[in-house]
Amino acid sequence: MSDLFDCREAFATTLEELASTDQSIVVVVNDSISSTRLGGFKKLYPERFINVGIAEQNMVGVGAGLASAGKVPFVCGASCFLTGRALEQVKVDLGYAKNNVKLCGMSSGVAYGELGPTHHSIEDFAWTRVIGNLVVVAPADPIETRSMLRAIAAYHGPVFFRLSRMPVPNVHAEYYQFRLGKASRLREGGDLTIIANGVMVARALAAAEALEAEGISARVLNMSSIKPLDADAVVAAARETGAIVTVEEHSIYGGLGGAVAEVVAGSFPVRIHIMGFPGFAPTGSASFLLEHFGLTADGIAEAARGLVSKRGA
Amino acid sequence: MTSTEAAVARIRASASRIRQRSLKMVHHSGLGHPGGDLSAADILATLYLSVLRREAGDPLSPSRDRFIMSKGHCSGALYATLAEVGILEPEQLGTYMTPLSLLNGHPDRNKVCGVEANTGPLGHGLPIGVGCALAAKMDKADWRTFVLTGDGELQEGSNWEAAMAASQYKLDNLTVIVDRNRIQQGDFTENTINMEPLADRWRAFNWAVAEVEGNDPAALLECFSALPFEPGRPSCILAHTTKGMGVSFMKNKPEWHHKIPSDAQLAEALRELEECAG
Repeated sequence: MSDLFDCREAFATTLEELASTDQSIVVVVNDSISSTRLGGFKKLYPERFINVGIAEQNMVGVGAGLASAGKVPFVCGASCFLTGRALEQVKVDLGYAKNNVKLCGMSSGVAYGELGPTHHSIEDFAWTRVIGNLVVVAPADPIETRSMLRAIAAYHGPVFFRLSRMPVPNVHAEYYQFRLGKASRLREGGDLTIIANGVMVARALAAAEALEAEGISARVLNMSSIKPLDADAVVAAARETGAIVTVEEHSIYGGLGGAVAEVVAGSFPVRIHIMGFPGFAPTGSASFLLEHFGLTADGIAEAARGLVSKRGA
Repeated sequence: MTSTEAAVARIRASASRIRQRSLKMVHHSGLGHPGGDLSAADILATLYLSVLRREAGDPLSPSRDRFIMSKGHCSGALYATLAEVGILEPEQLGTYMTPLSLLNGHPDRNKVCGVEANTGPLGHGLPIGVGCALAAKMDKADWRTFVLTGDGELQEGSNWEAAMAASQYKLDNLTVIVDRNRIQQGDFTENTINMEPLADRWRAFNWAVAEVEGNDPAALLECFSALPFEPGRPSCILAHTTKGMGVSFMKNKPEWHHKIPSDAQLAEALRELEECAG
């Protein structure tokens, strides 16, 4: 078993690195200093660390104001509150106004486990994906977290960056470079394609390995850029492998699965099995909930077998 | 005539043109918010002619004072003001809300140079203003930030989130001006959600507060010249205004929040404004 990492460590250290060379980088938090792991940033750059208190609408507006005056604000808080509570500010102050704000939704998906659906953030891809001008990304491991943060800091425009706190192994090589709008193909395959992102990528790879032993060859794409989506990679997956499983730590409505289906339906229709949460989750730890809804290597492999067996039917 | 008297005369003439132009825009497009345009005209004219630091020919100069029109539905008055100071061409005002015009019903900073924030949904301007003022403090820059809100707008909770942050961060480079015309879309504010004691509410949030006759340019000028009211505190100006100011039949009538004048009403309104300016 490979080592598991909490991507928030990579997040915090990379932000500190970026801020050391770019004076315009500032952090805005809603009291969420420990849960964002940004205590170190605060110590290093107290004058560039703004805590607006527990007030997400103001937090996003403050980010917009800072950006309009030339700063590059990383506005960080629990994804459930940052997106849901401040959605109109995200739409108007960031997307519509094109303010150069990096909205960092922490502890997304069901990472808060037993705290329940109030704290789960399984709607955030859907909410943010429909907002004009807003880029939506989610890294799969610490290596991608670092590369992605550098990329979005260099990109001029509003971004929603979604980060889980569930421990994950590194699935990318050290030299990997995230590119906006590009999927990373982590495994070749011709019988079907599994498209995943975030914490589900490592599980998708494990599923593909299990399928290989049964003679099913699964391609695995890490679709860390939800918007812009890598439509070419999706169309190629449909055309070349004939079936697609999507898997995300998100609702089955309006997220990665929806984005992939929009492209497939309009280009090269094939069967798609969308895996995620059908609605609010019951009580349980994050890992329990993923298992409960079949978001495991076994569950993904089963969905893949189902699709392959239907081929030609 | 002293220089202050001359400035006041210029502001009065400008405010009258802002009123006339915004009424023409509303009449021509059949859309808009004339009551609020008229109540805010003197505040806008005073700010743009005599208060805001602006660089001629460079509306985006980094050292400019920022003005955020949080009551974005009064875009007619804002555009007419930008035309007063040469940021917009007066002819452009005729396109207000017509198809593909840059002059949307609510201002878009990416379409109109000189608009600082995209507003319209209420309660967005002050948080953005806090961000601007924080940026200036970080850079040890001396430009200031002004935000104009409606009074009914203060029913949006985001304003009070921003008010807390502004005093916490001692943003004495930030001024909010409340267009206190006592009328919101549906009724008088006090019949809807009582706003009083409004000055005390701002004071309770650790702001320094001044009250002023908001349709009197001389009083406004004097008030703005005293900014910041207290070092280390953000400033709030409660500008007591009359909705529909300048037009007898529109004054203090809730229905003129977004009623469109007929041809005859426009002619009468323009006649009254012209007479008053003369």
